[in-house]
Amino acid sequence: MEFPSLMLEIRNLHARLGDGREILKGIDLAVTAGEVHAIMGPNGSGKSTLAAVLAGREGYEVTAGEVTYLGRDLLALAADERAREGLFLDFQYPVEIPGVNNMYFLRAALNAQRRHRGEPELDAGQFLRAVRAKLKELEIGEDLLQRAVNVGFSGGEKKRNEIFQMAMLEPRLAILDETDSGLDIDALRVVATGVNRQRRSDRAIILITHYQRLLNYVEPDRVHVLLAGRIVESGDKSLALELERGGYAAFGSVG
Amino acid sequence: MTVSIDTRDTVRALSGAVYKYGFVTEIEADEAPPGLSEATVRFISAKKDEPEWLLEWWLTAFRAWQKMTQPDWAKLKLAPIDYQAASYYSAPKLNPGPKSLDEVDPELLRTYEKLGIPLKEREALAGVAVDAVFDSISVATTFKQQLADLGIIFCSFGEAVREHPDLVRKYLGTVVPQTDNLFAALNSAVFSDGSFAYVPPGVRCPMELSTYFRINAAKTGQFERTLLIADRGSYVSYLEGCTAPQRDENQLHAAVVELVALEDAQIKYSTVQNWYPGDAEGRGGIYNFVTKRGACRGARAKISWTQVETGSAITLKYPSCILEGDHSIGEFYSVAITNNLQQADTGTKMIHIGKDTRSTIVSKGISAGRGQNTYRGLVRVQPRAAGARNHTQCDSLLIGDKCGAHTVPYIEIRNPTARVEHEATTSKISDDQLFYCRQRGLTPEDAVSLIVNGFCKDVLRELPMEFAVEAQKLLAVSLEGSVG
Repeated sequence: MEFPSLMLEIRNLHARLGDGREILKGIDLAVTAGEVHAIMGPNGSGKSTLAAVLAGREGYEVTAGEVTYLGRDLLALAADERAREGLFLDFQYPVEIPGVNNMYFLRAALNAQRRHRGEPELDAGQFLRAVRAKLKELEIGEDLLQRAVNVGFSGGEKKRNEIFQMAMLEPRLAILDETDSGLDIDALRVVATGVNRQRRSDRAIILITHYQRLLNYVEPDRVHVLLAGRIVESGDKSLALELERGGYAAFGSVG
Repeated sequence: MTVSIDTRDTVRALSGAVYKYGFVTEIEADEAPPGLSEATVRFISAKKDEPEWLLEWWLTAFRAWQKMTQPDWAKLKLAPIDYQAASYYSAPKLNPGPKSLDEVDPELLRTYEKLGIPLKEREALAGVAVDAVFDSISVATTFKQQLADLGIIFCSFGEAVREHPDLVRKYLGTVVPQTDNLFAALNSAVFSDGSFAYVPPGVRCPMELSTYFRINAAKTGQFERTLLIADRGSYVSYLEGCTAPQRDENQLHAAVVELVALEDAQIKYSTVQNWYPGDAEGRGGIYNFVTKRGACRGARAKISWTQVETGSAITLKYPSCILEGDHSIGEFYSVAITNNLQQADTGTKMIHIGKDTRSTIVSKGISAGRGQNTYRGLVRVQPRAAGARNHTQCDSLLIGDKCGAHTVPYIEIRNPTARVEHEATTSKISDDQLFYCRQRGLTPEDAVSLIVNGFCKDVLRELPMEFAVEAQKLLAVSLEGSVG
């Protein structure tokens, strides 16, 4: 299969909240298949907004700019269409859905995506086999499956569940929103292991994070500094270390 | 993006594609002229060739009904009903009392097939015996012989009156008296058919018994009567389904269901109600005003009601349990959905009379569109009911910001040892939940359906398997057009 090597291209993206506050003030970013990009920045710089706008969350208005994903106009697609086209968002705060079995949820999602791709749906047996293999690979316990989606999960369990979903859905572009970085060392390792195992030549990963800590476990190809709604600096992984030492102040006023 | 979903849903709602049972069967029918009087009652009795005692019973009810007024305590917008405009009897011609399925009008068989209820036994759902009620009469009952071999009587009400008059006379009206309420009195005056079942002592009914109600004729109502008796130590599970054509006028469905469970007997009664709900602007739809009540007459008897109410323009029903026997148990599990302009005022009554009686109420109300959904429930503990216990859980889910959910519990305790618990919650489907589901690839409709099914899980798992699957699909269909 041929892949366009340019997976995601963001040009001059401006977006504001429903109350009119402009959060993204001209983002430019190009992500090639096979790459891991880290986007770093202080609180309020627009990191989570960028993730939300790319995933198609309602409540944001794009006022200017373009986003091309696999050669298509991403912004013209609804949130669920983007997901079925292979865009995955790992939630900073995964949402609870009471009464809905975690496995049932994941199967519904996977089959929705398979239908979209014209692939046959997995029946319960096939799905269970796929799930077991993936759980083993990621060293996640099976008890997670029979519980209601994220209900009563610890922080670490929620994180594991997100990574597990990502592994099952096999996205083309994964955006990991770890802005808050409230991750304990255990959860940090789960995310890092997941990301490292998910690296593939036909997949791109965008890691959004506040601290450099996560990057001790995942080695990004590119690092971007987001400040007051703009990417002010891009570089290789050494940029992250520079940030760790000097903080964001070196790149301009901290919002 | 939001706009496009709104537009799509509006188009779908306007096209009326959501109610797939709205077709009409072209069949020649025997109808009573519109209007209700003693003459009408006598007309129906003569048509059905009913015995004198039953005519007297009907006339008593009719006279009582004339003096009664429409209840005004429910939280419903309901214009006065013109009882003289409707016809009270409509029966398919040709074959009023078929002896076997081979004699049933093929047009009727096709109708039930279209509804997903094949009546030919070899094609029928395994393990489900069906009594098919079409407008005013029962047109077919399946698996009768197999059940009869076990001593189980399962037949149309008319047949029960002819073949088992002693049982009918012994129990009819003992749970729901003729004068119970306006709609029960109306039913008691004109009910022309319905289902009857009797399970003898110690017999566990090997298949689900079910009645499928279909209103077909225009400008008529349906007034069927169900009487179900579980003798000592027996068990029966009963299912009920209903649909009606799509019409612009309102049609009245005023049924009465009476359940009697004797010592150690258990009755499980499940309903999936899918009457035509009216269109998106509130035109047409069924008025579902039914009286359902069960009596646990003996010690350790148990009656369990499970209902999934998705259809009807207006629903007014309170399936109840009278817990007379010591240690008897009553249960009520309910999902009620109101979308567009539907209204529902539904709940239960648990009357604790015997010692150590227990009841459980789980009610899930879902409101979407401009729907209004009220849970109304009574828990009464009589002075003799020492050690009575009740647990009530009432949850409401709101979809959108133009609908309403209301919870009206009545608790009357006359014994100091009673323990009664009431829990209630109200929540909305959050944007976070919807977005989370959609980000995983589910369409907005599938996302809502998934979240709603999760919300209703405690009730849906009480349904027999075949019904649970059907109910899940129905929940999704009923809520189509509610996201945007």
